[in-house]
Formats: sequence, structure tokens, C-alpha cells
Amino acid sequence: MSGWLWTLLALAGLAALAFAGRAGARLATGGAPRFRDMGFGEAFGWALAGAAVAGGVWLWLLPGAVYFRWAVTGFALCAVAAFLFRILGRHVGPEPTKRLFRQMPLTAAFGILAILVYAIVAIFAGWIAPHGQEAVLGAANIVPGGDPAMGGNPDFPLGTDRIGRDILSRLIYGAQNTVGLAFATTLLAFVLGGSLGLLAAVVGGWLDQVLSRGVDVLMAIPSLIFALLLLTIASVWAEGARGLLTFYMVLIIAVIDSTRVFRLARAVGIGIVVMDYVEAAKLRGEGMGHLVFREILPNATAPLLAEFGLRFCFVFLTIASLSFLGVGIQPPLADWGTMVRDLAQFINFAAFAPMVALAPLLPALAIAILTVGVNFVVDWMLHRSSGLKS
Amino acid sequence: MSPLLEIRDLRIEGRSDEEWHPIINGVDLTLGRGEVLGLIGESGAGKSTLGLAAMGYVRDGVRVSGGSVVFDGIDLLNASAEEKRSLLGRRIAYVAQSAAASFNPAHKLIDQHVEAPLRHGVAERGESVEDAIELYRKLRLPNPDEIGFRYPHQVSGGQLQRAMTAMAMSCRPDLIIFDEPTTALDVTTQIEVLAAIRDIVQQFGTSAIYITHDLAVVAQMADRIKVLLRGDEVETAPTREMLEAPKEDYTKSLWAVRGYKRPEKPAPAAGAVPILSVENVTAAYGTATVLEHVSFDIHAGRTVAVVGESGSGKSTTARVITGLLPPRAGQVRFDGETLPPGYRQRSKDQLRQVQMIYQMADTALNPRQTVAQIIGRPVRFYRGLKGRRLRARVDELMSQIELDPATFRDRLPGELSGGQKQRVGIARALAAEPKLIICDEVTSALDQLVAEGILKLLARLQDELGLSYMFITHDLATVKAIADEVVVMKEGKVVEHGPKTEMFTPPHHPYTDLLLSSVPEMDPDWLDKLLAERGVEDLGEAATGKM
Repeated sequence: MSGWLWTLLALAGLAALAFAGRAGARLATGGAPRFRDMGFGEAFGWALAGAAVAGGVWLWLLPGAVYFRWAVTGFALCAVAAFLFRILGRHVGPEPTKRLFRQMPLTAAFGILAILVYAIVAIFAGWIAPHGQEAVLGAANIVPGGDPAMGGNPDFPLGTDRIGRDILSRLIYGAQNTVGLAFATTLLAFVLGGSLGLLAAVVGGWLDQVLSRGVDVLMAIPSLIFALLLLTIASVWAEGARGLLTFYMVLIIAVIDSTRVFRLARAVGIGIVVMDYVEAAKLRGEGMGHLVFREILPNATAPLLAEFGLRFCFVFLTIASLSFLGVGIQPPLADWGTMVRDLAQFINFAAFAPMVALAPLLPALAIAILTVGVNFVVDWMLHRSSGLKS
Repeated sequence: MSPLLEIRDLRIEGRSDEEWHPIINGVDLTLGRGEVLGLIGESGAGKSTLGLAAMGYVRDGVRVSGGSVVFDGIDLLNASAEEKRSLLGRRIAYVAQSAAASFNPAHKLIDQHVEAPLRHGVAERGESVEDAIELYRKLRLPNPDEIGFRYPHQVSGGQLQRAMTAMAMSCRPDLIIFDEPTTALDVTTQIEVLAAIRDIVQQFGTSAIYITHDLAVVAQMADRIKVLLRGDEVETAPTREMLEAPKEDYTKSLWAVRGYKRPEKPAPAAGAVPILSVENVTAAYGTATVLEHVSFDIHAGRTVAVVGESGSGKSTTARVITGLLPPRAGQVRFDGETLPPGYRQRSKDQLRQVQMIYQMADTALNPRQTVAQIIGRPVRFYRGLKGRRLRARVDELMSQIELDPATFRDRLPGELSGGQKQRVGIARALAAEPKLIICDEVTSALDQLVAEGILKLLARLQDELGLSYMFITHDLATVKAIADEVVVMKEGKVVEHGPKTEMFTPPHHPYTDLLLSSVPEMDPDWLDKLLAERGVEDLGEAATGKM
């Protein structure tokens, strides 16, 4: 009851603040159009934003809010890194990329930076990582931070896991395994779904019906459960051969995800097929290959690319969740999903030992930053391609 | 008495590529009470922007950088949002170009009509509905008592446009902005809408700004005409004065466009094999028959214009000829030999001989291919040219359509103007070295000056290359300009067919007559004369009499 009361009181307070603030601003500026035409909703929004900022400052000053301070600091550092990266891009390199960086928003710069860092880490994992991903180094459960007073060890800056493997090294190898597989899977899903979808759009008729209804059937089954089921069957086929199981996993996720790509490609394709330039190409006597890959595909790239970014994130998360459930990437190969699962119980220490609880959050953070980064870049690409059209 | 609307030195800028570009550079406009001002100019001249600015409104990404707009003593540019809200819809109303896109398809006409009076507290719902029916009657809508209770998709385009005018009238505004209200309509429908709008504006003494690119239309509607060119005023004068003696060169050139006429070529020799004969073609989409027993011939080197309203089967005929729609009965013969019904069964050479130029150059050119790729593809595909020879042929084609190869070769269609895009479309057709080109409304999306350029280009190419054209159009001015023969179509049938001179001299088939007489002329009295001839009494007054 009192909770409701407090909520109501807070809302009423915000409303009063908004009203008073707007009236005050009108008086102070002598009725400038900015404030004269401001609706109450907008004023309320400003009041809410102000309250949120005040709350943030209060939280920052609270002694117990370690994670909040880390998050804010991390956010600021990312922003600064992206800013510096953009300045670098504006002054170094060939003229076209310089021009690109000049028009780039900060979010896209961050996304590109993140993707670059991940790519470098993934490609050069063997050189960067201080230890092997499978190496058991003795001391188990060393706390991250490298401070011996807190139970850390400077040799293992991010600590070790239950059986004494270096978390930093496993994170680095995880980039190779998880990102590499996700990329391959997404690519396969796009080749499959994209070409079939565009084909269905161009040919139409019974082919379209067969493909579309087939996709409907596949989509009707919840995807994670379906993947689990198929992987269970596949693990029997693979007979314990890890490489083969991973290959099956890539194939299964690619097929399941290609259904979404198929739908998008078909919908976009149908919009393009009715264009006069496609009709002109048909009347010229062009073959199916030219129609799909020369006339239609270039005009479908913008939505497909956006979908690629999103789909990559979903595939990535699916692999992580399958690994978390134990049927994805198999140990001892490092993988972020598996790492979250293995370290999960440390989250219980968050209240009294923030450093210990950091261990499971690191692989989760690695997943989150890449997902956000990819989406930032995709958003920017979409914005650019739509801007070119007008 | 002070004028109703006074715009002084208005400057408007639009934002693109992170920069502000001027759209209107200091235009003055004065509109008296009860006066109708025509605003004409090409696309991009700033007509619509100026019309919207007269309501104190600018679109997103556009800002007013100077000047003033005063409506009846109220400074619209500095008025508060609340003041503007009480004016718009009640004292100033707007009629958009496409009524079909402006009505909300989810609500009945009448519900949308009464919205403004209810919101502004002008009338109760009951009164407002009665008033709407009265307005529908005055605008000569069929079934005025019931039409309001239909959804927008159940009403034809011309009727929707009138319903929208009625809606603008619902609060009896002092000023209405008409933004190209008849541009999307057929000539025969346009007449009704024009007459209806004119009557109702006169009757209520409403002031209006009438925006259009069609001179003949504005001549019927406006008391005064203002000509705009790229955001600048060219000249303003009372309608008759402007029509009889335009002062500026630009205005004169606009007037002169309508004078372009190509001499009719001599009739083909008897017994000559026509390049294309459409023989007794019947075609249908599903169960709906759209063409019935259509027959006509096109002889080598001649231009045959196919005219009719939208839905008359003109474009379907083109689809049958190209093989996109195999006919139910009848056949198409090219150079004496029968063409297979579907384009898939035709040989590469048969496909090459018939090329098309489309109405909307925007959708006819692949936006992701450069001009050289677009033009080069047919050359490569049919002639197998590659490398330097391909490039030379593309350059040759580009100079034929009067585009400089060095400048335009690597541009994308998005970087071309409407007229340039249409030229590229023509070049793509020429690249196949066809004998017959089907031109589907190629000039109707273009400004008059640009359209004239395209027509002259087509005529020149015909003389140089001996091409035959099938020219699909609803614009009889175009027909008069370039056709040798005319085929009039209505509801999927050929109504009349013959050489141009014969077609434009009476006696006509009644439908041809209707079509011909509906084309607006540059005479300000043309609409009155026409209505008198057709025996349509001035229904506006008749309706007043009934009140």
C-alpha cells in the first residue's frame, strides 16, 4: 500500500516540478517559442530526466554501489575510446575512409572499434593469450583483480575458474570459438535463406508455396527447443567426435535461423520484383541468375544487412545458450556461454565481495558489448543507405 | 480593407547533406478576400513549400529563415501552437494532391469530415453531418445522402477529391490551399472536380491559393497567377493579362511548350506489311476481361498514340504485345510473323525488336546500377560487345540522348533529374536496337518543359533511326504534338481508330468527343463554355436555390 502511495506522490511531485519548471522558464525567457509551445508531456519528460540524473548522482555517492560506479566509468571509457578512435580515423588512412569517419556518429565509431578489437583478439588469440585455453594451472578459484590481499594473484589478472584455468586466456579464446562459429553460422543462414527467399519471390507460384509452407512448419516449432532436440539426435550421430558435433550445431542453427532470413528476403524481394527495371530485365530475356543477383540482390542489401547484424547477435546468443545448456561448444574448448554457466554460482557473492562476482559477468559483458557494437554499426549502415536513396 | 494573407520577403531553407539550402528566396504574396491566386512552376520550384508556409507550417527538416506571414492580422510565424491550432482547419484549410493517401482508410468519410467542426466547437455532430450532405450536394457528388457513410476505398478518385474539398469547407474557412488537387485524375474526371471546386469557392467567397503545374487548369481557376522558378518569383499578373502577354522569358517558354507540333507523316503505302499488328486480342486477369477484340496496326517509322482514361486497357495492350500477359484469344504479329504469346517462349531476337520506356523513370532504372551499366547491359546481352567497344557504344548512345558521357557515365539514377532519368530509359531501349518502342506515359510524370524536350528527342530519334512508336498516353496535348495515328480505347475496346488529322476533326465517336473536349485549354473562359455546351447548369447556384 505504501509503495503505491510513494509512487503516486513521486509522480505528483514530478508533475508539479514540470509545471513549475515550464512556467518558470516561460517567465525567465519572456515566452520564447521553445517554452511557450512546450506541451505538458515534454515538460514532464524533462522533469523525469532531471530526476533520473539526480538519482544517478545520489547512487554514485552511495558507498555500496560499486557496480553502478563501474558501469558508469565503463560507459564513459567506452565513449572516450570511441571518440579517440573517430579522431584517429579522421586523420589517418586513405581519403574515402577519412570522409566516412567525418560523417560517423559516435555510436557507430564505438561499434566499429568493438568489432575491430574482437576480430583482432579472435584472429590472434594464440599469441595474445598468456596461457592455453585448456591449461590447468593449479590454483583454482583465484579472485579477479590480481590483488593478493583480496585473494587474487598478479599472474592471473582475471582469476582462475573452478579447476584452475586462466579466465583471461579463456575469454580470449572464447572470442575465437564463439564469434567465429556465430559468424560462420550466420553466413550460412544468409546464403541459404537469402537465395531461397529471393528465388521464391522471383519465381512465385508453386515453388513459393512449397518453400513458404516448409518455412512455416519450421518456424512453428520453438527454435531453442527444436535446436536442442536436433542436437541431441546429432550428438548420437557424432558418436562423441567433438568437431563433427560442432559442425552439426552450425548446420542446425543455420537452418533454423535461415527461416527468418527467408521470410525477410522473400518480402523484400516481392517488393522489388514488381519494379519496372526487373520487368525490363525479364523482357530482355535475362536468366534467373542475373535477375536475382544483379537486379534484385543489390537493392535488397540494406534490409538484409540490417538483418545480418541482428541475426548474428541472435545466433551468437543461441550458441551461448546452447553451450550454457551443455550441448553447444564442448569443453575443454573455451566459450563464453559455457563460462557463464561454469562461473554462475559466484554471482551469489555480489553483495559482499564485488570482485568475486565479477568472474561470471566478464563473459556476459563480452557477449553484450559485441551485440551492442554490431547493432550500432548496422543502424548506421541502414541510416546511410536510406539517406542515399532520397 | 487589409488583405487576408500577406507574405513578405519569405525565406525558407531545407536541410540536406548537413547543410541548409534555400528553397524560397524572399517571395512576397498578397491575397485579398475572396480572391483565388494560382501558383505555378515546375517541380522543385517551391510551390508546395510556399503553400504550406501560408498556413504557418513548414515540413520537418525545413526552416523559415526570414520574412513574415500575416493572416488577417495574425503573425503566423510567431503565433503560439495553440493560436495556430485554433486557426488551422477552421479558418485555413488544406486540400492535398492525393485524396486517396490523405484520407484515413480506417474511418468513414463523414467521421473524418465532422472531426474539424467538432474539435473547433463550430457545430454539433448532427448539424455537421447535415452540412456535409449539403456540401456533397453542392459539389455534385452522386448520392450525397449516402456517400459520406462509405469508406475511402469505396469511392472513386475524383469523388474522393471532392469529398476532401467538402471536408476543407466544413468550417467555412477564409482561406483554402489547394495543392495540385486534380493532378492525379483523368481528364474527364478533372473537369468535374475543377467545376465543383470553382463553384463552391465562388459561392462562399473563400480565398484560395491554387497550386498546380498545369497552366490550362490554373487559367480556369485563378483570378491572378504567380509564376515561381527555383524559389524565386518570376512574375505575377491577373490571369487574362498573364495569358495574353507574359512578360518574362521563362513564362513565355512555359506558354510556348504547348505549341510544339510535329507534322503528320504521309500514310503508309497500301499493302505494306505493318511492323506490328494486334489482331483481335482478348485478354483477362483471372476472370476479369480487360481487353476485348482489340485490333490495330503500327507501320514502320510511324507513331501510333493509344489514348483513353485509366483502366481503359492501354497498358494491358502493351503487356500483351511484350508477352507479359499472354492473350486469351487473338495474336500479335511482328513484321508479318506471329509472336509466341508469352515472353518466355520468344527468342532473344524477337525480344530485342520490341522495347519499352516506362512512365516512372524512378522505378524503371535499377537504383544500384550506374548509367553506364544500365545502358551497357542490353548492348552486352544482345550484341556481345565487351571492354572498349562496349564503352564506345555506350558513349555513342549517351550522346544520342544528349547526356555528356564523361559527366554522367558513372552516376547512379538517384543523382539524376527526372528528365535525365527518362533519357537514360530511352537509351536503354535504344541500346537493344529495336524496331518498335512502346512508350508508356513517358512524359506524364515530367514538368512541361522537360516533357517537351523528351518528345523532341523521341521525334529526332525516329527520324534518324526509323523507329516506330506505340505511344500510350492520356494527355491529348502530347497526342496532338507527335502522333501520326490515334487509337482511342475505352473499357478494353477500341472505340475509334484513324490518322490524327481525321481524329481531331469532327464528327467523332461520342467518347472521343468527350475525351477531346475535356482537355483544358489556355482560355480562361474554356470551362464555362464547356459546361454550357455540355448542358451542365451551374449546379452550385442550383443547389443554393434549393437551400
